[in-house]
Amino acid sequence: MPGTDQFAHLDILLFGVLPYAAMLLFLVVTIQRYRSQSFSYSSLSSQFLENKDHFWGMVPFHYGLLVVLGGHIVAFLVPRSILWWNGHPARLYILEVTALIFALLAIIGLVALVVRRVRTPRLRPVTTTSDWVLLGMLLVQIATGIGVAVTYSWGSSWFASTLSPYLWSLVTLNPDITYVAALPLLVKIHIIGNWVLIAFFPFTRLVHVLVVPNQYLWRKTQVVRWNWNRRQIRNPSASLDARGAEPRRD
Amino acid sequence: MDVRSQISMVFHLDKCIGCHTCSIACKNVWTDRTGTEYMWWNNVETKPGTGYPTKWEDQETYYGGWENVNGKVRLKSTGRGRIVPNIFHNPSLPSLDDYYEPWTYKYEDLFNAPEGDDQPTARPISKITGDYIDIEAGPNWDDDLSGSPVYAESDPNLDVLTEEERAQMFGIERLVFFYFPRICNHCLNPACVASCPSGALYKRGEDGIVLIDQKVCRAWRSCVAACPYKKTYFNWSTGKSEKCILCFPRIEAGLAPACFHSCVGRIRYLGVLLYDAERIEEVAALPPEEMIEAQRAMILDPNDPEVIRGARENGIHDSVVESARNSPVYKFVKDWGLALPPHIEFGTLPMLFYVPPLLPVMSKMQDGQIESVSDDLFHGFDQARAPLAYLSNLFGGGNTGMLTYALRKQMAIRMHRRLETVGDVDPEVVERMLREADCTPEEADEVYKLTSLCTFEDRFVIPPAHREEAIEMMKDPQEHKRSVGFGFLAGPKRGS
Repeated sequence: MPGTDQFAHLDILLFGVLPYAAMLLFLVVTIQRYRSQSFSYSSLSSQFLENKDHFWGMVPFHYGLLVVLGGHIVAFLVPRSILWWNGHPARLYILEVTALIFALLAIIGLVALVVRRVRTPRLRPVTTTSDWVLLGMLLVQIATGIGVAVTYSWGSSWFASTLSPYLWSLVTLNPDITYVAALPLLVKIHIIGNWVLIAFFPFTRLVHVLVVPNQYLWRKTQVVRWNWNRRQIRNPSASLDARGAEPRRD
Repeated sequence: MDVRSQISMVFHLDKCIGCHTCSIACKNVWTDRTGTEYMWWNNVETKPGTGYPTKWEDQETYYGGWENVNGKVRLKSTGRGRIVPNIFHNPSLPSLDDYYEPWTYKYEDLFNAPEGDDQPTARPISKITGDYIDIEAGPNWDDDLSGSPVYAESDPNLDVLTEEERAQMFGIERLVFFYFPRICNHCLNPACVASCPSGALYKRGEDGIVLIDQKVCRAWRSCVAACPYKKTYFNWSTGKSEKCILCFPRIEAGLAPACFHSCVGRIRYLGVLLYDAERIEEVAALPPEEMIEAQRAMILDPNDPEVIRGARENGIHDSVVESARNSPVYKFVKDWGLALPPHIEFGTLPMLFYVPPLLPVMSKMQDGQIESVSDDLFHGFDQARAPLAYLSNLFGGGNTGMLTYALRKQMAIRMHRRLETVGDVDPEVVERMLREADCTPEEADEVYKLTSLCTFEDRFVIPPAHREEAIEMMKDPQEHKRSVGFGFLAGPKRGS
């Protein structure tokens, strides 16, 4: 049957080739963008222009997404821990229900954000085409995720046994798509959506994820920068190099 | 002792005529780009009045500055612990409506309107959306409106007054106001710097100017909420915060900042102060009544050999110490005790000082003439048209002592000069006034000279930036010489 054959090729393309293309694009473009346009790395917050609906969209969306995404990552990195946890039905229910609640929070927040952008004229000048594409992709991604959770029960368990091996096979540069090829269409869409999002990531405001504050919690309260170190410059024994182009910070 | 140098400022409020030339100079140089239209790095407020953004002094609304919790100083807005859960939505961020929606007019309608019976008009359009808007607020919306129940009565500083005092202040015969020009205070304990999760804000070690690194700012907006003076602004277009940079490119070239340079009333003074950085934390934790004195004590005497040695050890150039010795700011703040920091109780240790206004506040009407002496030499400060409680809330940390000192001295100097030039007052009275105001005739003349006869060089004592050495730090000067003057600058383009 020629049809099946075509689908097999498509599967290889979407699950065996697309991931590498997406990751390559992600790495090359984020680094290149950081090096040549570091100014463009910003969360591009619009809270200043609209300060009320912002809370009801931003907070549920981010907390919901963080928990759900965190769950996916744990399941990918240590699938056995999930399987162990799910060994007891009560614990499985708790995990599934929690995940679903946070996913619903994320989608409610996201819808609220879309509505906010549509309804507030002041946000028009700070909304780009790539923002709309991104919002659409996130909507599809979260919606299909919730769809999968509802229609194909106990995803937390079968993720660990089917998708983790697939992802690991990609990591080890030995892609094995047999598990994925057999999955239902909705799950496939969710997986493809993930790769497309990763590929699109560096071209959007999503890059703010990479620059979340890191040293704030343990740096000194006040920041002082010295553009040139007079103590060194007046030291004739220090070489030009040793006097250093690196600004002193304390 | 950790000696550091700071470029500091004094604004003499008695000389401010409220012309807003400073604001315009600043606006033309720095903030007429998209996203910055609403920013006024320099603005002039009418006091009593609500200021900009509206009621910025009310920290129960804006949560700016520091608070003292059981002896530990912490940010009132989002400090370390609280930024993590609040990073997605800053609970104390003001919005555009607390400022105003910038607008322009559709001038083309004046030319393109079809012929008709009516005069064509240029309707206002928003500079954000481009839509027609009804203007509800604007810069200096309450300019000169002291006494108005709509604006001036909302001034947060009036909260400390009794009902009676308030009524007096707004009585039509006693009505009084003065101008309050404001720029970034380039504080010693800046709340904006301490609040930035990205570490984009910093204080320059060399001269204490507080700046925002535009390439490190990620729009977490903490600085806007944390600054109690509301002098960091969010650029909604680039997604970065911006603030007064004290025209550092001008200062490095030996020029006064644009707002200083253009000041018509010549109210602005700029010079170096040396201070002891070790004591910042300790002073910031003091109760507000003691803070002004303690901050003054942190400022070091540039003639003290001990201080000079400390400055040298810290690599401060001798020319900077020399400049500190001639600093007009040092004279106003330390030698004469005339200049006071605004709202010291916010805890940021501002390095912009104000000479409190005397004339409109103290004088009273007598037989249709402005009179400033009476039987009681200082004619009873309780008769002041603006109650001292109001002024001390602004400039005294709630403590009237240092404020009265500054006002009495100014009044004594005025009488001293009147004796010199007009000669219609009793020399003995003047002598007593000077003595009671802790001032000598020589000092009085010096203050008079720096206040009234000051030249550019007297007002702005700018330390050399030593660019020749700065370049030597970065690279071989010969190589630098061969590589300047040709290249590309990238504009601040918003990311996607």
